[in-house]
Amino acid sequence: MLADALLFQLGYNASLVTLGALLLGIAAGVAGTFLFLRKRALVSDAISHATLPGVGLAFIAMVAMGGDGRSLFGLLLGAAVSAGLGLQCVQWLTRRTRLGEDAAIGAVLSVFFGLGIVILTIVQTMNAGRQAGLEGFLLGSTAGMLRSEALLLAVSAGLVLLLVLVLRRPLTLAAFDPGFAEATGWRPARVDLAMMGIVLLVTVVGLKVVGLIMIVALLIVPPVTARFWSERVDVVVITSGVLGGLAGYLGAAISATAPALPTGPIVVLVSFALFALSLLGAPGRGVLASVLRHQRYQRRVHLRQGLLALASGQPIYERLTHRLLRRAGLIRADGVPTTQGQAAAAKAQLDETRWALVRGDQAFASAAARYDGLTAIEDVLTPDQIGDVDARLAPPQAVT
Amino acid sequence: MSLALVSDAAGTADRAARTASPLSVRGLTVSYGETPALFSADVTVRAGAMTAIVGPNGAGKSTLLKAALGVVKPLAGSVAVFGQPLAKMRDAIAYVPQRASVDWDFPTRVIDVVLMGLYRDLGLLGRVRAPHRARAMACLERVGMTDFATRQIGQLSGGQQQRVFLARALAQEADIYLLDEPFAGVDAATEKAIIAVLKDLRDAGRTVLAVHHDLTTVPAYFDDVILLNREVIAAGPVDTTFTDDALQTTYGGRLETARMQPHGTAG
Repeated sequence: MLADALLFQLGYNASLVTLGALLLGIAAGVAGTFLFLRKRALVSDAISHATLPGVGLAFIAMVAMGGDGRSLFGLLLGAAVSAGLGLQCVQWLTRRTRLGEDAAIGAVLSVFFGLGIVILTIVQTMNAGRQAGLEGFLLGSTAGMLRSEALLLAVSAGLVLLLVLVLRRPLTLAAFDPGFAEATGWRPARVDLAMMGIVLLVTVVGLKVVGLIMIVALLIVPPVTARFWSERVDVVVITSGVLGGLAGYLGAAISATAPALPTGPIVVLVSFALFALSLLGAPGRGVLASVLRHQRYQRRVHLRQGLLALASGQPIYERLTHRLLRRAGLIRADGVPTTQGQAAAAKAQLDETRWALVRGDQAFASAAARYDGLTAIEDVLTPDQIGDVDARLAPPQAVT
Repeated sequence: MSLALVSDAAGTADRAARTASPLSVRGLTVSYGETPALFSADVTVRAGAMTAIVGPNGAGKSTLLKAALGVVKPLAGSVAVFGQPLAKMRDAIAYVPQRASVDWDFPTRVIDVVLMGLYRDLGLLGRVRAPHRARAMACLERVGMTDFATRQIGQLSGGQQQRVFLARALAQEADIYLLDEPFAGVDAATEKAIIAVLKDLRDAGRTVLAVHHDLTTVPAYFDDVILLNREVIAAGPVDTTFTDDALQTTYGGRLETARMQPHGTAG
C-alpha cells in the first residue's frame, strides 16, 4: 500500500497531493533556511496566522460580487494581502516602538487569528458559506486537490528556488553580518523584505495543503534539521530543501494509505522524525556525537592526570582514573605502576617540562597557544624544535 | 584631484584638499532615541595615513564609523568619499565590524567569509572561480590564517576571528579601511600581525581609520588621532594632538581608568 503511494499508484488525487506536498516541502525548506539563519523564524508564524482574515473577507467579497466565493485564486489573494498587512504590523511595532519582535509577533498573530475566526464564524451563517470549506485553511485539506492547485504549487516552488538562487549572496550577508552587508551596499532592510516576500509566497500557496497552523513547521523544521549536517550555508539550503521535499513526499504518501490520516499533520510528523534522527545521530553537532566526544575528552584528561600523578609518586584516588590506567595496563590492581606505566608516566612528565619552557618563550607563541594540558608536544613542534627545547632544558655540561 | 581644484573656483587650496580627502564628514549628528550619540562631528581623514578614533566608552566612536558607512542613518550631516557621495564610492571602502556583532555559529567556513569581500565583484550570480579563491587565499596568507581556510568560523579563537575579518576587508581591495576596535579581545600575536598588515596598507598609500581603545599604543601605531567625546575634541597628527591636555578634556575624570584598562568593551 505504502509502496503504491510512494510510486504514485494510488489514483489521480493521491498522486496529485503527493506531488504537491513534495513541491511545497522543497520550497518551504529552502525559503525557511534564511529565515532560520536570520533568527526570525517565528515571523513566519505571524504571517501564516495573519492570512485568515484575508481568506474570510475575500470569500465574503466574492459572494457579494455574485460568485460562489470558492475561487482558490481569490481566496489566496485575500490571504496574501492580509498576511502582508500582518507582516507590516510586526515590522512597524518592532521598529517604531520599544516592543521586541517576539512581543510584536505574539500580538499580531493572536489578533489576526482572532479576527479571522470571527469572520469565519460570520461566513458560516451565510447561505453560501456552509459548504465553503474554509476551515480547510486552518488545518489543511487535500481531499479535493485540483490539477490547477498542484500547478500553482509547482510554479511557486520554481519561483522560490529561482529567487533564492539569485538572492543567495545578499540573503547570506544579511543573516551573517548585517553591518557589513549595509556597508557593502546590500541594504539588509530590503533584503529582509525580499526574504519575507518569499516566505509569504510559500505560506499562501501552502495554506490549503498543511493549513495555516502547521505551515510554520515546514518552514522551520527542515532548516533546523539540515543545520545538523553541514557547516556551509549553500549545503544547508540544499539539504533543507531535500529534507522538506522528503517529508512532504513521505508524509503525503503515508496519509494516502488510509482515509483517516490527514496529510498536513502527517507531513509535519515525518519532518519531526527526520529532525529527531538528526538531533541524535548527526556527526559533529548531534547529541550522541557530542556525548561521545565529551567522554573521549574526559578519558584523555583522566589518563593524563593519572600519569602525571604516577610520575610524581602520588597515589591515584579517582576511580575513573584508576580504572582507565588499569585497563591500559599502566598500573596493577594495587595502584603500583607497571614497567609500561612507569615509561608512560616519565614521558608525560617530560612533555610537561618541555611545554613549560615552550609556553614561557615568546618565540614559540603560536605553538604555546595550542597547549591544553593533553596534547603531546610531538604533535605541535618538529623534531628539530624539540631538540632545541631539550638542549635548553639540559643543565649546562662541564667542558672537559 | 586637479579637476576639483579647477571646478572649485571660489574655494581655497585648503578647501580643495579637503574635498579630495578619502573620507570627510561634515556636521554629522547621530542619535539613538533623544540623546545624541554623536554631535555635529567634522572629520577630515588624511590620505595615506593611519588614524585612530579615541575616546571614552559611549563617546560615539563606533557610531562615527557606522554613520560614515551609512550603517546607521545620521540625523544630520554629510559624508563624502574622495569628494563624492558615499553611495557612488562603496567600492573604495572596506569595513571590519566589531567581532561581537556577528553570529559566529553561522554555517560558514573561513574561506567563505573572506569570499564575502568579493561579493560586490561577483555580483548576484557570478560564479566563484579559481582566481577568486586564489585571491581569498592570498588575503588569508597576509593575516597568517591559510591553515584555517576550511574551518568552521565558530572553532576559531577571538584573535583568529579578527584576522579573518581583516582578510575579508583585504579581499575588497579598497582605498580606505575602516576598522571597529580591531584589537579588542585579541591576543598579543594577533595584535602584532594586524598592525603589520595595516602599516603595509598605509605604506601602499591606503588610508586606515580605526576605533582604538589602548591609549598607550596610539603613538606607536598611528599617524593621526581623532579625540572624540560625543563631539570632536581635537583631531590631527599624533605628535601635536595627542597631548595630556587634550586627553584630559576628552576623558575628564575617567582618564586614569582609561589608561589602566586599555582594552575596554564596545564604545
